[in-house]
Amino acid sequence: MGNDVQYGNRKYILGAIAIGIVVVYLLRLFTLQLMSEDFKRNADSNAFLKRIQYPARGAMRDRTGKLLVYNQPAYDVMVVMSELNDLDTLDLCESLGITQEIFDRRMEEIKDRNRNPGYSSYTQQIFMNQLSAEEFSTFQEKLFRFPGFYIQKRSIRQYTYPNAAHILGDVGEVGPADIESDDYYQSGDYIGKLGVERSYERQLRGEKGVEILLRDAKGRIKGNYQNGKFDRAPIPGKNLTLSIDLELQQLGERLMRGKLGSIVAIEPSTGEVLCMVSSPTYDPRIMVGRQRGRNNRMLTADPMKPLLNRAIMGQYPPGSTFKTSQALTFLEEGIITPQTTYPCSGGFRFGRLKVGCHGHASPIPLIPTIATSCNGYFCWGLYYMFGNRKKYASVQEAMTTWKDYMVSMGFGYPLGIDLPGEKRGLIPNADFYDKHLGKSWSALSIISIAIGQGEVNLTPLQIANLGATIANRGYYIIPHVVKEVQGESIDTIYREKHYTKVSRHNYETVVAGMRQAVVGGTCRSANNGWYEVCGKTGTAQNRGHDHSVFMGFAPKDDPKIAVAVYVENGGWGATYGVPFGALIMEKFINGKLSPSSEAKAEAFANRTINYGSTER
Amino acid sequence: MVAPNDNNKRGILASLDWFTIIIYIALLGMGWMSVCGATYDFGQAGNFFDLGTRSGMQIMWIGTSFILAALVLSIDERFYDSFAYVLYAAFMLLLLATPFLAHDIKGSMSWIKIGKFSIQPAEFAKFATALCVAKYMGSNDFNISKWWHFALACFLVVLPMGLIILQKETGSALVYTAFFLMLYREGMPGSVLFAGVSAIIYFVVGVRLADAHLWHIHYISLGQFLVLLMIFLFTVGLMYVYTKQREHVWRVFIYGFALTLTALLFSKFVIPFDVTWVLLIVCIGLIVYLIVLAVQQRSMRYALISLFAIGSLTLHYSADFALNNILQPHQQTRIRVLLGIEEDPKGVGYNVIQAKIAIGSGGLRGKGFLNGTQTKLKYVPEQETDFIFCTVGEEEGFLGSAIVLLLFLALILRLIHLAERQSYASARIYGYCVMSVFLFHLFINVGMVLGLTPVIGIPLPFFSYGGSSLWGFTLLLFIFLRMDAGRNRFVH
Repeated sequence: MGNDVQYGNRKYILGAIAIGIVVVYLLRLFTLQLMSEDFKRNADSNAFLKRIQYPARGAMRDRTGKLLVYNQPAYDVMVVMSELNDLDTLDLCESLGITQEIFDRRMEEIKDRNRNPGYSSYTQQIFMNQLSAEEFSTFQEKLFRFPGFYIQKRSIRQYTYPNAAHILGDVGEVGPADIESDDYYQSGDYIGKLGVERSYERQLRGEKGVEILLRDAKGRIKGNYQNGKFDRAPIPGKNLTLSIDLELQQLGERLMRGKLGSIVAIEPSTGEVLCMVSSPTYDPRIMVGRQRGRNNRMLTADPMKPLLNRAIMGQYPPGSTFKTSQALTFLEEGIITPQTTYPCSGGFRFGRLKVGCHGHASPIPLIPTIATSCNGYFCWGLYYMFGNRKKYASVQEAMTTWKDYMVSMGFGYPLGIDLPGEKRGLIPNADFYDKHLGKSWSALSIISIAIGQGEVNLTPLQIANLGATIANRGYYIIPHVVKEVQGESIDTIYREKHYTKVSRHNYETVVAGMRQAVVGGTCRSANNGWYEVCGKTGTAQNRGHDHSVFMGFAPKDDPKIAVAVYVENGGWGATYGVPFGALIMEKFINGKLSPSSEAKAEAFANRTINYGSTER
Repeated sequence: MVAPNDNNKRGILASLDWFTIIIYIALLGMGWMSVCGATYDFGQAGNFFDLGTRSGMQIMWIGTSFILAALVLSIDERFYDSFAYVLYAAFMLLLLATPFLAHDIKGSMSWIKIGKFSIQPAEFAKFATALCVAKYMGSNDFNISKWWHFALACFLVVLPMGLIILQKETGSALVYTAFFLMLYREGMPGSVLFAGVSAIIYFVVGVRLADAHLWHIHYISLGQFLVLLMIFLFTVGLMYVYTKQREHVWRVFIYGFALTLTALLFSKFVIPFDVTWVLLIVCIGLIVYLIVLAVQQRSMRYALISLFAIGSLTLHYSADFALNNILQPHQQTRIRVLLGIEEDPKGVGYNVIQAKIAIGSGGLRGKGFLNGTQTKLKYVPEQETDFIFCTVGEEEGFLGSAIVLLLFLALILRLIHLAERQSYASARIYGYCVMSVFLFHLFINVGMVLGLTPVIGIPLPFFSYGGSSLWGFTLLLFIFLRMDAGRNRFVH
């Protein structure tokens, strides 16, 4: 104790600090409120009118510079409720081509604070949006007859091509949740809803400007406040260059016509996504202007789910493409060497358990195993890994090791692409099986994960990224669709290399296997004389007809492109997967398709798969 | 030391400090009017008591605050002392859990949703921290001059701060620095407070004005110049206060000042050059001089003062360097936004300009209740929460704003008075915590609206809309009033 006496006089210092702060603030208030010009000028309670000036939204180009998305002028009809008097409603409705009912309903909507939280009778509210140029010119002539109504120039999005809808996304009117969570938005503003429009909203939107006008007590505008000293010009949004190659995207969309699934291509050295097809797709141009609402409802109701971006939201069994990741894991853990052979006579047999395989020589070492896509080999690999009690104390520990390998290859979690809604897929862990199978499970209970079946699910993007990782011999860069933001560098996370847990020389073995698959294995039709293709097919079993899958890259020693193809219920990997992958690689590497390839592409484009009406 | 058992309600009511309670009610009343003004819209067929409106909700928060206050007063004050550590631990756990339970509101992870309402645990952690620190520091064997005692007291304050920063609520976290005012009252060396305040000033001034230029010459940074000038002046000031050798003080001051002035004039009128270099040389010269004095006279004081100057320079240059070279551009932006240099998302100083226009248009008497035009229509962002003082300024004018500020001053001075009359150290310390928190909120919140302090989003007590902050402040205040009401019970 004793502080009360010893430091007692410090109470005066603290009191003095408080008094000092209040005195300084009083002086500041005095100068702001009584000494400044504003005080005199606003003595008659003049009000400011702030007019928002909208910036142009950033445009988007593809990697070759083709303009994909731009702005087109449109006109909104605005209303200030407090300025309405003697309105000839009938005349107004006629001029705008609407009925009295629509007029009444719209006025009610504007005043309803639940639907329009920013409502004020003193500010401009949107009455009708996006008049076309013709509608605008006829209405403008009559505007003087409708006091309280104004025209506000806006711009709407236009799309040059009917492609890449899932990547580009669209803009729509901002909803109450966005207004609540970000002060930038006011009712009637536009905001990116899907795709790049949403994920790069901050860069694309720019900054609104404001013009501060003085208004007298009768509401007449008296010019700019302090000659515009406090006005701010709008700052246009930043233009984006996408990593997408439009022609490649168009080819992909053409091939996938009439089929469900996805094609994803990545440039391995940069992680840039070259094309990202999700089928069925839609024409982004129908999501613009006043018909957006109707078309959006129509697409939402479609049982084939065209709005779903299957490339990042579809979670599929990867099938045999997954064997590459298993080979890498077994090699790195020392379970196998490239020379190890396992028996396979029509599949993996253990007691009553049987995983079928197709006819090929047996036993064979790793490289031809990848080339022929032998099921037995990988089942034995998993069996010996999970059963190895010298290396792992329990099957759970082996599972955890296995899972860590998978996660290091980008599976099991969203990769972090710059598009909204990416799914994580599924890589089971030990807890998962403990819960579902009880504590006493073994490699045999889960053997099908070795061949990319069972519980394992990947997104097509993750499969493509696996291809890019193998092409890079051991690392990937997070895939991204935006290559450049005008005047900004892209986020550093899209430049960092993520190394997997597997070393480079083991990747070389798998690359050799994938090359063998093209030269003399399951991917023979992808072989060509221009460059060395590496690939791996997949035929993923599911409730219906098998899915046709392909993962590959080319050229072998200087990879420029990695591709994943996923055609739902397309049958063998070689049926759709391999030829699609080969066409995409040819188009990108050669810049064009040869006449025979072109004919093949056209034939595939005209083939449709019958999905019935209930499935998916 | 036996407590009288006939401690009935009447006794408590009689010994309550009604002066404080009247100020509390007056502030709440004016606060509610401001919330009405800020959320009201012209032409609104308004019922201010409608629970669908913010003014109606605020009435509910005020009503529940009264109930809370009555509850606090009806509990024996020994409860707060006995459970101080438990409460503190509980709130720290809650703060730790908050980011995991919270849903994202404007990038902040500090709100927990309970049914229809959201609460912000950070607002309630203040009173728990104050109680805990008061109990620890009020114990008989606590001695602030033992460094580990002091360090533990600091830790109790810094812990909630860190946890709140994890919730991305830097503003609420900074409030805890107010506790250092209390520590100062309890015997923390004044130079610690001074060094801390100096560091903040260097950083804020240096970074905020880094891109402003002296005489519009692009290579002379006004921020650098001012910080170096402050380092020089603060160091000389410390020499003046802590040493008896005035002749040294005058010598360094006159030489340093003359050199700087000459350089300034030369740069302005003869050949423009970067005068900050001269100032840097002056500071380094001063440090060398101090070290020489320290060695010659074997004086700890000179050594410490030179350490202060060296620390100041290092901090200034490393902060600048870290901000510009080590951090990524987006991280730099975040810090600048925090300091109010970049007001996300509407551009530099938007809020502050809007606030000044609104307040400036209020004039002497204001535009009258609900007649403000600038604080409506969403011109001023956060107008019913952090920028509520704009509405006071616009609608109630200079007179109203002055009354509000003077009421707050009266409250703060009264709290000092009440704290000093406590017979127990822990009650006094708790009182100073309460006073410090109110002073800090007033200082930052009103300061930012007036454009004098950085934009740090913290509420103005009893004015800003919101239940969590109102309940938090009510708890903080009434626990102290309860302690005060029982102050004489244990004294024979």
